[in-house]
Amino acid sequence: MSIFLDKNSKVIVQGITGREGAFHTARMLAYGTKIVGGVTPGKGGTTIESGQPVFDTVKDAVDSTGATHSIVFVPPAAGADALWEAHDAGIQLAVCITEGIPAHDMMRVCATTAGMRIIGGNCPGLISPGKSLVGIMPGHVFLEGNIGMISRSGTLTYEIVDGLTRAGLGQSTCVGIGGDPIIGTTFVDCLRAFASDPETHVVVVSGEIGGSDEEDAAAFIAEHLPDKPVVAFIGGRSAPKGKRLGHAGAIISGNTGTPESKVRAFAAAGVPVADRPSQIPELVAARLAKR
Amino acid sequence: MVCKIPEPGMKLMEYQGKDLFRRVGIPTPSGVFATTAAGVKDYIAGHPGSWVIKSQVMMGGRGKAGGIKFADDAAQGETLARELIGKVLKSIQNPDGEEVKSLLVEEKVDIASEAYVSITIDRAAKKPVVLVTAQGGMDVEEVAEHNPEAIAKYWIDPAAGYAPFIGRRLAFAAKLPEGYRKAFPALLGALYTLFMEYGANLVEINPLVLTRDGRVIASDAKVDLDDNGLYKHPDIAEWNKQSPADEDQAAAVAIGLGMSNYAKFDGTVGIIANGAGLGMGTMDAIRSAGGEAANFLDIGGGAQAALVKKSYNLVTSDPKVRAMFINIFGGITRGDQVAKGIVEAVAGDDVRKVPLVVRLTGTNAEEGRAILAEAGFVPVETMDEGAARAVALAQGAA
Repeated sequence: MSIFLDKNSKVIVQGITGREGAFHTARMLAYGTKIVGGVTPGKGGTTIESGQPVFDTVKDAVDSTGATHSIVFVPPAAGADALWEAHDAGIQLAVCITEGIPAHDMMRVCATTAGMRIIGGNCPGLISPGKSLVGIMPGHVFLEGNIGMISRSGTLTYEIVDGLTRAGLGQSTCVGIGGDPIIGTTFVDCLRAFASDPETHVVVVSGEIGGSDEEDAAAFIAEHLPDKPVVAFIGGRSAPKGKRLGHAGAIISGNTGTPESKVRAFAAAGVPVADRPSQIPELVAARLAKR
Repeated sequence: MVCKIPEPGMKLMEYQGKDLFRRVGIPTPSGVFATTAAGVKDYIAGHPGSWVIKSQVMMGGRGKAGGIKFADDAAQGETLARELIGKVLKSIQNPDGEEVKSLLVEEKVDIASEAYVSITIDRAAKKPVVLVTAQGGMDVEEVAEHNPEAIAKYWIDPAAGYAPFIGRRLAFAAKLPEGYRKAFPALLGALYTLFMEYGANLVEINPLVLTRDGRVIASDAKVDLDDNGLYKHPDIAEWNKQSPADEDQAAAVAIGLGMSNYAKFDGTVGIIANGAGLGMGTMDAIRSAGGEAANFLDIGGGAQAALVKKSYNLVTSDPKVRAMFINIFGGITRGDQVAKGIVEAVAGDDVRKVPLVVRLTGTNAEEGRAILAEAGFVPVETMDEGAARAVALAQGAA
């Protein structure tokens, strides 16, 4: 099994005829993703080279194809609008690749799209290896298996997954949740989904300094995931203390956000934290052996 | 403590923040912005009275650093302005100091009370959060530490927006003196409008002054805007071009990188990586190998030769850099193309040569490593190996 995405998920591409959209549509099709069509306003009625229909609106696309998933490749100024359109058309899960959507737009989107899961923005997407890829990840790095992976970054995810794959540790689903301040799906949302997936045996959480997502994840693990082993990595632990964003921000997060706070939180939840990405396969294998 | 790498933002000077305050109808003290002592003198000569002369700097603690003065006539104002312009202010928050280039001359208000109000983004809640306390005019972090119950908070639902009851409720909860009560709900509404319309990471008024004649005035202004929202306000994006918030941001923008893609640190190993996460991971790997990173640089996707070269020159412009580690995970980009780009970029005579270790993996990595080895670089396969080599080279060259 997998979370959020399986081989039968029907996917449309918002911005399918744009440069990025067209390029990644071809790659996703090559991976085996069920792309059933796409949307570019004004190009409805045409098809792309590989034969998938293009629609003027997301509603037309959903009505004609029964798509449940969408991947969004639009400019940042159109990002919020694209997500609202997907929600309005009944899309259940939207992966937002677009980088640079204003945080205030995303706050309003998140507050008004109940019922639709948003992954990202500014994320590499979602892959259930061997089944489906809805994202821009290099598919060949991944291997089908039983390790769940959640990460804030792109290339660091590939780095970690590459290590797992070389060690023969395949993955059930990898979610790149995105590095923006306001994102649709958090570590905790993904952990909750992995908790009820019997095919995911160990989860790798790859976080970064800043924010409190990792602390929230650790608290959730301690309380709700007694039987699902988790291994963590925190990028940027060697970053020197920098400037504060603002007093108010520091107050809201209290002592969270520092690498020390994140490592402490994971340790308290019984989650080993790798010092380097290269240690992760070993830690995962050790947790698998104890199952 | 919040580290600066993942936190983009455009900080505004006090006078710029107050410009935005006035646009949304938040009262500010009367006065003038000045860049010369003559400007200060002329203004006070035309407006007799008591004036405050405030240095316009980004750093905190400018009052303690001697950046705020008081003048009762034009001659005194001119003397003080001459003293301040060009002065380097130093504070605990900013030990390196910051040069004063401009001043804000403001009416000296007769203070009855000082409060604090701010709105910021709560990432976890995905909502704007308002903080209010009656203990303004001081470091709000101290209030949070010693007297947390004095701070009233409210999370605004961005779907519903602001309503005056929120301001009333916060004013009562924070026990603001009665004189604030009439003005506060509308003022907070205006601050919320500014926060949402201009895409602020933070808007803060400290102190929000109640004067003896009953006015409620924003005596200071701290505004930090989300870079991603700046396209909606081209006039403000221009302000930033005139005065980048810090040198690292300016250097990054100058070579075509994003504002937060480069930051300089104290170590000796220069770093270029593709992706912010991999960049941070690379810094950590350098630390694990016993060295220290000289910088963070995320070159983004698809490493073009021209950008590699500019990035290389930027990193090596720091004389502390003794060795360089370029760490590329070729996902969609092909390793042989990246390798050619690196060789081309660093081949010229117009670059400072430091020992260079390149880690290249992913698509077509073997071909890429062969190209690099032929050109005399040290190609490696893993991040750990590359970090160890780079640290050894940096220490050997020291």
